[in-house]
Amino acid sequence: MKLKKRIPVIDQGDKLGFWGGKFGGNFVPETLKKPIEDLEKQFDKLKSDKKFIKERDKYFKNWIGAPTRFIKLNNLTNHIGGAQIWSKVVSDANGGAHKIYNATVHCLLAKRSGKKIIIGDTGAGYAGKMLSMAAMKFGLKCKIFMGAKDIKRQQPNVKAMKKNGADVIPVYSGSQTLVDAVSECMRYWVANCDTTAMCVGSTVGPAIFVRICGWSTSQISRELKVQLIQEFGEIPKKLKLYNCVGGGSSSFGFWNEFMDYDKKQVEFIGVEAGGPAKSKRHAAPLTYGSKIGILHGAAQYVNQNSDGQIEETESISAGLDYPGISPLHCFLKDTKRARYTAASDEEALKAYQIVTKYENLRPSLEPSHAFSVAIKEAKKLSKNTIVIINSCGDAYKDRGILEKKLGKKYVKSN
Amino acid sequence: MLNPISLAFKKAKNENRPALLTYTVAGDSSKKQSLEILKTISNYADILEVGVPHNTPVADGGQIQTSAYRAIKNGIKMNDIFKIVSDFKKSKNSKPVIFMGYYNMIFQYGENNFLKKCKKSGVNGLIVVDLPWPENKIFSKKCKKNSINFIQLLSPTTSNKRLKSITKDSHDMIYYISMLSTTGGKLKISPKKILANYNKIKKISPKKNCVIGFGITEKTISNFKNTDGLVVGSQICKEITRSLNNRQNPVINVSKMVSKLRKQIS
Repeated sequence: MKLKKRIPVIDQGDKLGFWGGKFGGNFVPETLKKPIEDLEKQFDKLKSDKKFIKERDKYFKNWIGAPTRFIKLNNLTNHIGGAQIWSKVVSDANGGAHKIYNATVHCLLAKRSGKKIIIGDTGAGYAGKMLSMAAMKFGLKCKIFMGAKDIKRQQPNVKAMKKNGADVIPVYSGSQTLVDAVSECMRYWVANCDTTAMCVGSTVGPAIFVRICGWSTSQISRELKVQLIQEFGEIPKKLKLYNCVGGGSSSFGFWNEFMDYDKKQVEFIGVEAGGPAKSKRHAAPLTYGSKIGILHGAAQYVNQNSDGQIEETESISAGLDYPGISPLHCFLKDTKRARYTAASDEEALKAYQIVTKYENLRPSLEPSHAFSVAIKEAKKLSKNTIVIINSCGDAYKDRGILEKKLGKKYVKSN
Repeated sequence: MLNPISLAFKKAKNENRPALLTYTVAGDSSKKQSLEILKTISNYADILEVGVPHNTPVADGGQIQTSAYRAIKNGIKMNDIFKIVSDFKKSKNSKPVIFMGYYNMIFQYGENNFLKKCKKSGVNGLIVVDLPWPENKIFSKKCKKNSINFIQLLSPTTSNKRLKSITKDSHDMIYYISMLSTTGGKLKISPKKILANYNKIKKISPKKNCVIGFGITEKTISNFKNTDGLVVGSQICKEITRSLNNRQNPVINVSKMVSKLRKQIS
């Protein structure tokens, strides 16, 4: 299995949509073949259409607020005493997380194809919140499928979705988290694909959704590349990019533009959710060697039992609480381009405390996983190493959990 | 010699009626009970679809999901499902059995192992909901080699070009999904429209037995008497749930229902 150079990773799949011959694909009911094929045709045409790119960039700049900041975390760097620690503050984006890029692109596509309704899944509620925002912006009706357990633990985002006029549909089946929300959303699409567009909230699902999402979030690394050159005059000789990985949309977008660099120069570190320290359950299929299976239309490493039933996961972070992982990350793991590890719930919470103590930055529980590993590793790295963490979400949505786990003083009043 | 599935269609045709196909989930609500259900409904049904329960089903509606989750919760495993089929096949009134499920269960068992086990336990056909054409080309060939019918699905969204290629690659039986819906949806288009699509398929592929599924219930089944076969699934699953909730015996209630369905198309 080999990563090709000078070809975008999203376009390195084979005819049937498999990366490296075995990850991804289209394991979908016959009914969805046609709408998926239509979407493929539309996307393949538009992704190199200058007018469409211009339109996308206009919304990214004027509405989402590109570029998001790239900042040095001076206090944290001094405190840790190793590598220089920087952050790409993607949570600056309109809505507070990277999910806005994919949501915006899906709404642009839906509008062009004449669909009036858009549906989507959500875990932490960001994908849903952003889709509801974008749908409102572009005049589309919006339905969001969300696990009942997630609705309870991510109330701020649920409120935001409703405020944006979206129907939030609770999903009570299975573990009542993201995995079931995605299933339910796909089922709804099966029954309504003639009138309705679907947005999959991460780089998961049938191949076309993996590609559209990866293409959209790559905005992050496009910006970062420019910012690095502005700051250092070149791409630093020792650069390490840390990102949390749930479905894998923010990390893929954070890395994409640096794919062709030697990993000795630009290393990618993906941090999965290890779950509670004492629990055997986790949401880290790449770290803990899960077997390849089929989930939501794609072949991927996934937590499952020997029969092939998908296993429930456990993580403090709803956005990472998913038993599978993007086929793109399976591909990056097996080609050894990226390195994957996990942080536990406790480690993520501790990292959140450290970051908020030293910096004016409030990473949500998802990027706190990445901060945890970055802080640990930065200690042992030289001063000329540039460590960058993608702070891809804001902790506002986690205030309930943080208050319960850490006490009131860690939750600001806004 | 005709395979058992084609034989069942032939028998129904001789009786001037569509074949009746039922769908029940293996292990719902227990291994023993699902076997009992198969044994009694085979008095009235011609072909039995046995659902292999999966916990992330992307095409099943509420009724079948409830059945599947119930079976999984009660601990059903793939090997138990094979055992249910082989036990059923030993009973005196057994009928052809088609597995209906999702590809991951086959993938984890190993395609070759799975087919070997199917053959051994008496499974006659397979419907793999999330392994569409052309992705299923290799596997469907393997099925044919093992004398197992791989049943291709067609839907209202299937283009004419696709329809031709799929029917060409299909074995003796094809399955037409009546409408854009998950299983168990209300019939949202007219029977006339469904039959027009059905006839289009029959015109392209007159020799293949084509069944219609999704939205077929006691209320709608009599509209489709002039077809090769009809599948009833969600309504049966719903009846099992209803019986359990009312502390009644699902075996008796389901058997009554299937007998009624049979009468309606006879």
